[in-house]
Amino acid sequence: MTTPVKEPKTKVKRSDESLLRRLTRHQLFIPLAALALLVLFNLIADPSFFAVTVKENSLGNPVLSGNIISVLDNASELVILAIGMTLVTASSGGQDISVGAAMAIAGSVILRMVCGGQVTADTMQMPLILAILIGIVVSMIFGAFNGALVAYFKIQPMVATLILFTAGRSIAAWINNNQLPIINDLAFKYAGTFLPGIPVPTPIFITVLVIVLFFLALKFSNLGLYTQSVGINANSSRLNGLDPKLIKLMTYVILGVCVAVAGFIRVSRSGSINYSRIAENIEMDAILAVALGGNALSGGKFNIYGSILGAYVIQFLTTTLYKYEVPSTALPAYKAVVVILLVVLSAPVVQEKLASIRKAPAKAAKEVS
Amino acid sequence: MQKEAVLEMRGICKYFPGVRALQDVDFTLREGEIHALMGENGAGKSTLIKVLTGVYPKDGGEVHIKGVKGAAVIRSPQDAQNAGISTVYQEITLCPNLTVAENMYIGRTKGAGANWKAMNSGAAKILESLGIPASPKQQLDSCSIAVQQMVAIARAVDMECKVLILDEPTSSLDEQEVQKLFVLMRDLRAKGVGIIFVTHFLEQVYEVCDRITVLRDGQLVGEYVIEDLPRVQLVSKMLGKELDDMADIKSEVGGGTVSLNGVPVLEAEGLCSSAGIKPFDFSIHRGEVNGFTGLLGSGRSECVRAIFGADHVTSGRVKVDGKDVKIKKPLDAMKQGIGYLPEDRKGDGIVGDLSVRENIILALQVMKGFFRPFSRAQAEAFADEYIKLLEIKTASADTPIKSLSGGNQQKCILARWLLTDPKYLILDEPTRGIDIGTKIEIQKLVLKLAAEGKSVTFISSEIDEMLRTCSRLIVMRDRKAVGELRDADLTQAKIMATIAGGDEE
Repeated sequence: MTTPVKEPKTKVKRSDESLLRRLTRHQLFIPLAALALLVLFNLIADPSFFAVTVKENSLGNPVLSGNIISVLDNASELVILAIGMTLVTASSGGQDISVGAAMAIAGSVILRMVCGGQVTADTMQMPLILAILIGIVVSMIFGAFNGALVAYFKIQPMVATLILFTAGRSIAAWINNNQLPIINDLAFKYAGTFLPGIPVPTPIFITVLVIVLFFLALKFSNLGLYTQSVGINANSSRLNGLDPKLIKLMTYVILGVCVAVAGFIRVSRSGSINYSRIAENIEMDAILAVALGGNALSGGKFNIYGSILGAYVIQFLTTTLYKYEVPSTALPAYKAVVVILLVVLSAPVVQEKLASIRKAPAKAAKEVS
Repeated sequence: MQKEAVLEMRGICKYFPGVRALQDVDFTLREGEIHALMGENGAGKSTLIKVLTGVYPKDGGEVHIKGVKGAAVIRSPQDAQNAGISTVYQEITLCPNLTVAENMYIGRTKGAGANWKAMNSGAAKILESLGIPASPKQQLDSCSIAVQQMVAIARAVDMECKVLILDEPTSSLDEQEVQKLFVLMRDLRAKGVGIIFVTHFLEQVYEVCDRITVLRDGQLVGEYVIEDLPRVQLVSKMLGKELDDMADIKSEVGGGTVSLNGVPVLEAEGLCSSAGIKPFDFSIHRGEVNGFTGLLGSGRSECVRAIFGADHVTSGRVKVDGKDVKIKKPLDAMKQGIGYLPEDRKGDGIVGDLSVRENIILALQVMKGFFRPFSRAQAEAFADEYIKLLEIKTASADTPIKSLSGGNQQKCILARWLLTDPKYLILDEPTRGIDIGTKIEIQKLVLKLAAEGKSVTFISSEIDEMLRTCSRLIVMRDRKAVGELRDADLTQAKIMATIAGGDEE
């Protein structure tokens, strides 16, 4: 009776292997591994990177300070954009490259509302919530414009959104008659800095709120099923009663809301706006976050948490590079190197190769035994 | 009078993983003849063409071309062109934004520069000699589709081809345009070009062709001179049924006796869609199984797509249970209790990357509404129920549907519609490309559904299958409903005669 002894042994071994394989195959493996690597690097190079201290801010309030806080804080806009970008990617198989310019528009609208058309305002001329709502509505309209071009006119997303990418910042400037409005009301800056008495940056709360909202939306509606279904096979979706065009349009409108929230956070950090520089190149980081999260840029199935994680990884990398005083002009080059590594590693071709390499030793071991 | 052969293919074999696409096929094309290549879908027509034009390497056999000593070596479309074989595909593969002359000479000018003058005058000469109503300097997309098609042919002719392959050139042309094309084809025949004509339209074959080669299941059925092969026989050769053994086959299980009195479940009058079918009338009663039959491309799928609202409906009235309804999009049909399993499983049926579970619940979920998703437990219960009921072979309900075999994918789509509890189910080629066991299961299921009082429209290329399941058949030919058969008329002979049409009159 030797066989019964042998069998469980091999079984255990097999499930062990499959666990490792499942782990490395998991969609979130690459962004998690990248994050772990960054953490490890900082731990070894300088553990003080992770120190969180209490400092007084310019208003004399005690607030948390440190690189980790800065990563979480500064990633906010990117995380919110990445969520919307994931949906757009899933449904239309393309990306919206106008989000940076659209953030400028949303920020400009909100500033114009709170400044009431003046160049400098010391108090808000309109309830903040109303200004934000107007910003969101305007942003949704621009989102719908992009979405309509993609869904109804069947223009490639990158080309369709190139229009707003080109025109967006001029539109933003035009909204404020080319002036640079400044709002000095402290209450306006709560959202971009700190709420009085709370030591954690407000953008972190806003981001968590947005993530929770999307978690609930994905759980309590068919947003996930419909966008994926349309992205994978629009024909089948239509024959199952869905309206692929409407769903594509919807994802662009949702991205519009994300853009408005991100734009609001960005302008409320400083209370002012620089049309040509605000959220510059953020569209590329947002797309990168989606890709890093293991989502196919050709659309279809998505994991929104992957994109969120991807966004934090990008910000973590940026902050790390800043800490080591990489000049801001050289930053993109460093980023590019890391990005190449990550993207190549997560490419299906490489993954297959890796899997076959992993398999080979296992096979050899089996043959020996 | 035996003319010299310009092309001889001998013993051509082609294997795809698990499939013998071509087995020992011979094909001979003579100088100055129009030769139809016929066969149902999957018979091997396009594979043979692709082997001939170097798109696929062949796994056996020889190709001889007049003027080339020994066996011709054709490894790429470029080789084929050099050997004098030109192809004009169904979809025009020219550049619409270039001029007619540019399109005729593109890729053929040697060296760096182009001699525009010579090009334009050369093109003008060819166009004139072939009687094509286009000017060389005209932009191609300003010409009608037929003229564009002719320009493509002119390009091929000018490359001094000996063999011209026309792959479904008429499917996007109207009657007049087809006639113009035929004039051109006859001209070329007179000039000694051998033309291979691939089409699904029987009328056209009998109008222009000299010979017919029939393929079935990757094998050569035979080569015939057109006068020797009446339509009925052609159809029977394509479908693989000899006329002799047709008479005795009659449904064993039978569609049962269904009362065709009373209010039909669905009734359509003069229904017509943008897919280019002639208006048709249709009705189906409770517990009835009926079907559309006809050759591929005869418009059977377009009819049911119009009923389901899958194509844009341009005219006609539809009544469900005697009440007027508007079905403009699939959701409208679904709300009326209609389900539709599409012909193209991969393109229109499955949502490949989604799981078996998500694929099964999709239609019911869409009907339930955006803000009312099924709980995970509920969805799992639905999926498990149907996986068990239809014996779907899958590792789990979470497996992506694309990794299942064709038959099991089809069962998932069936499950999707059964889950919506439709009163009328349309099944377009539910058994294509799936194994025989599953085929029989699906046929049984159809009859069971009918016994339960549901109505089913069943479409299949296999007449056997239709006879076994349907109690009434609507026969389509060239995008038009040409007859309705029931009871005693439901025999293979009668069906084939109606499909073939023409020479009974």
